[in-house]
Amino acid sequence: MSLIQVEGLNVRYGSRMALSDVSLRIEPNEIVTIVGPNGSGKTSLLRAIIGAIKPSEGHIVQASSLTIGYVPQRLHIDDTLPITVSRFLKLPGGVAVADIDYALKQAGVPELKKEQLSQLSGGQFQRVLLARALIGKPDLLLLDEATQGLDQRGSASFYQQIETVRKATGCAVLMISHELHVVMSASDRVICLNGHVCCEGAPAAVASAPEYRALFGTGTGGALALYRHEHDHGHDHGDHRHNHNQGAE
Amino acid sequence: MFDDFMVRAALAGIGVAFASAPLGCFVVWRRMAYFGDATAHAAILGVALSLAFSLSVFVGTVVVALLMALVVSVLSGKGYAMDTLLGVLAHSALAFGLVAVSFLSGIRIDLMAYLFGDILAVSRGDLSVIWGGASLVVALIGWRWSTLLTSTLNEDLAYASGINPKREQLVLTIALAITVAVAIKVVGVLLIAAMLIIPAAAARPLSRTPEGMAIAAGLIGMLSAIIGLRAAYVLDTPAGPSIVCVAAIIFLATSVLKSLRHQR
Repeated sequence: MSLIQVEGLNVRYGSRMALSDVSLRIEPNEIVTIVGPNGSGKTSLLRAIIGAIKPSEGHIVQASSLTIGYVPQRLHIDDTLPITVSRFLKLPGGVAVADIDYALKQAGVPELKKEQLSQLSGGQFQRVLLARALIGKPDLLLLDEATQGLDQRGSASFYQQIETVRKATGCAVLMISHELHVVMSASDRVICLNGHVCCEGAPAAVASAPEYRALFGTGTGGALALYRHEHDHGHDHGDHRHNHNQGAE
Repeated sequence: MFDDFMVRAALAGIGVAFASAPLGCFVVWRRMAYFGDATAHAAILGVALSLAFSLSVFVGTVVVALLMALVVSVLSGKGYAMDTLLGVLAHSALAFGLVAVSFLSGIRIDLMAYLFGDILAVSRGDLSVIWGGASLVVALIGWRWSTLLTSTLNEDLAYASGINPKREQLVLTIALAITVAVAIKVVGVLLIAAMLIIPAAAARPLSRTPEGMAIAAGLIGMLSAIIGLRAAYVLDTPAGPSIVCVAAIIFLATSVLKSLRHQR
């Protein structure tokens, strides 16, 4: 059965519709990426799933005893709040020291345990947030632009870590990402969101969908053409050439 | 020993320091300093109303402080920046309070005592209100400590852990209202925010954990109360402001300590 089933979700901020009629399912062990322009409701969708915002219509059904690990967008820890990494991981309580050590190791940063949270670099901080999400041994990992502010190497190694974690724990991953090359190579399924679900499916299928191209336009056309060039060789030549033209525009 | 007014004053000061330490840490971490100020300013309106309707000052100030917090949360996010909104409400509440007091011609009240506190006039009854309120605040914050801390770090992380940050915010608001009501007699409405913020800020360079900071803030606050009272007695200065001055000097000392440590 699905880990999470979203049915006809509407989210409204005042008079503005952030999400309308969004339905999706997440199956065990798959990596699903949500892409979409700014303001397309990606974060609202994740926040609705963790219960931070109430949907105005529709509902979200979780598999029984589902645990969710959530990695928020890069968050700011005020320097006025002294807190060590291990204390942070213990919150809100009831976490064994061994679990903290194990989660930090899984996230690839066992050495940071005693550091002050406000002194960490961007990459280290994201790893610590990942460790925090892993502590509850989640069936589903939610990542909201977890690599924002990291350089290319930092974000590549972060996504590698996610892949390692998924292999080790078998958890499903639902993530938001702007980095289309990562999305295309690492995801089992891509959901293209713009207030509603524009299109979804395997990365290659989504990349060639007209709705997707309309959204991501010429800026990413080149990268996508390259991608399709590698993977779509040998069939559908008409479409292929068309794609190249788009990329060059 | 409660017969000595200096002993009563010291106990009152320590009681306020006790409550404002953990609360003050949250005020600093959540950048609510101005919110504390606004609640305290609104309390003068509470004083006027309780005298007009012959209620206890404690009840009146708690009610007005809570109303103030409620108005702020209703109006926030309606097109005003938070500091603007708090500035408007804090100073209007203070002004309305001062005007309301002037209507109370039948009752003679010493306005200065409410603005700057009158710690030397603390009675046994006041003392039990102060310690009762302070214990309530510390118990409330102690009970919610971990969830408060989680929602302070990040609201979405709190939601993901099954915590409702809005409820935690309400806990802090209630604690703030009680603390303001309790502290009026000791430092007065104009200096309550100082007792919240200065010990917590002074404790920051000395601490590595949130709990450590709360304890250090408590010790600094109590030390300020005792030294401040002593200084007020010896130098014949107003007691409430003297306590705040000592806290400010301790803040200066720990800041210097911090920058010295950084240079090394």
